[in-house]
Amino acid sequence: MTATPVRDLELDLEAFEGPFDLLLALVLREELDLAEIDVAGVVLTFVELLAERDELDLDACGEFLVLVAALLELKARALLAGEDPELEDLDPAAAAEELARRLAEYRRIKEAAAWLAERLATERDRYFRLGPAPLAPQPERRLADQDPEQLATVLRALAAEPPAVSLAHLELRFPPVEQFLGRFRALLSRRTQFDFDTEVVWMTRVEQAVAFLALLELRKGGEIDLSQAEPFAPIRVRRNAVTKPERSHAWTVRSA
Amino acid sequence: MDRPLRLVAANPLDRLARTLEALLVVASQPLSPVDLALAAGEHPDRVEMALGLLRERFQEGRSGIVLEKVAGGWAFRASREAAEACGRLYERPVERGLSGAALETLAVIAYLGPCSRPEIARLRGVAADSVVAGLVERGLIAEAGRDESVGAVRYRVTPLFERIFGLDSLSELPRLDDLGGDAEEIRGRLETVAEKRPA
Repeated sequence: MTATPVRDLELDLEAFEGPFDLLLALVLREELDLAEIDVAGVVLTFVELLAERDELDLDACGEFLVLVAALLELKARALLAGEDPELEDLDPAAAAEELARRLAEYRRIKEAAAWLAERLATERDRYFRLGPAPLAPQPERRLADQDPEQLATVLRALAAEPPAVSLAHLELRFPPVEQFLGRFRALLSRRTQFDFDTEVVWMTRVEQAVAFLALLELRKGGEIDLSQAEPFAPIRVRRNAVTKPERSHAWTVRSA
Repeated sequence: MDRPLRLVAANPLDRLARTLEALLVVASQPLSPVDLALAAGEHPDRVEMALGLLRERFQEGRSGIVLEKVAGGWAFRASREAAEACGRLYERPVERGLSGAALETLAVIAYLGPCSRPEIARLRGVAADSVVAGLVERGLIAEAGRDESVGAVRYRVTPLFERIFGLDSLSELPRLDDLGGDAEEIRGRLETVAEKRPA
């Protein structure tokens, strides 16, 4: 036997061809994916080598066993990453059972592959035309009878200049609150009370909003009292007989 | 008003058979009886009967063209006796150089499909990526959705697979149980080997 029969073992595998030594080097340098390597093929080659020799080189066998075991463990970890945690807890008997089950499964697949190969050989003399599926004719989609005048009308509508976009909201102007303060004060100098709603009914929406702010301002200053019979009922404005700024401001407006 | 007399073909089924013959000769893939019935504008039952006529007419030893039921449909092929001549003109590139690994992978997918590459790798103990890519390229397998839990692409065999292997459907594959021994038997053999191992 040569000095290093294991490392010089010549391999001829699907994914690798060369000495075992080189295979190990490539795997360790991660230049060869261990998952692609048929470890059983490596073992088979070694066993065949052993069979050729008369004497058993125990050193070589030991070295080979250690290397192949390491290789198998590496490969198992790579293939089963995060998978099958239950396998770790298997006792030897269950592990043997699992191994036998998987081997049986694989053997059936191997036999199925052999059947396919045989089938391929017997069907090899069947020649036939192969091609992509032809395009099916598209069913004609007929339109209902159309009125050309109607089409013209629709097109005319499309051709018309679109209406100018209103930019009015960009120029929204808020009148000063003081303007309404003055107006309400003048009103209250003539009358003791009035309905807010009737006073602002003719105003724009924005003016009404500012008028309401003025009303709140007067209420805050204690110049007026506000009351409302129920939500959305007219707001009654009453002149405060004596202006008392220190008076607590109890809200009576219940409107939302 | 009386309709004018028309010459009725002696056997109307024969005329349908001729139509089917024409459809099959322009087809590049097997046509199902439903395809044929739709194209011929005939009832599927009558199409089946006409196919029976054609099958008799186009059989090995009688014609250079043979009608066969394959991949779920009907298709013409060359007769086997003309295979050698056909081989000089054309080759069958799809199955040329199919490796053992490719056949094993095909077997896994044909029997257990749709299945994903991790599942195939698990069964064969070798990564299946390049083999699967090769089979997809040959058109023998195709993607069939994704694994719901892992998200891996699953594969199934194509009608071309059935056609290449001369199968009408996957149900014609022999049952796996008929092929191999069971786990018990393998375990027994493992133990025998262990006992025989020299000290």
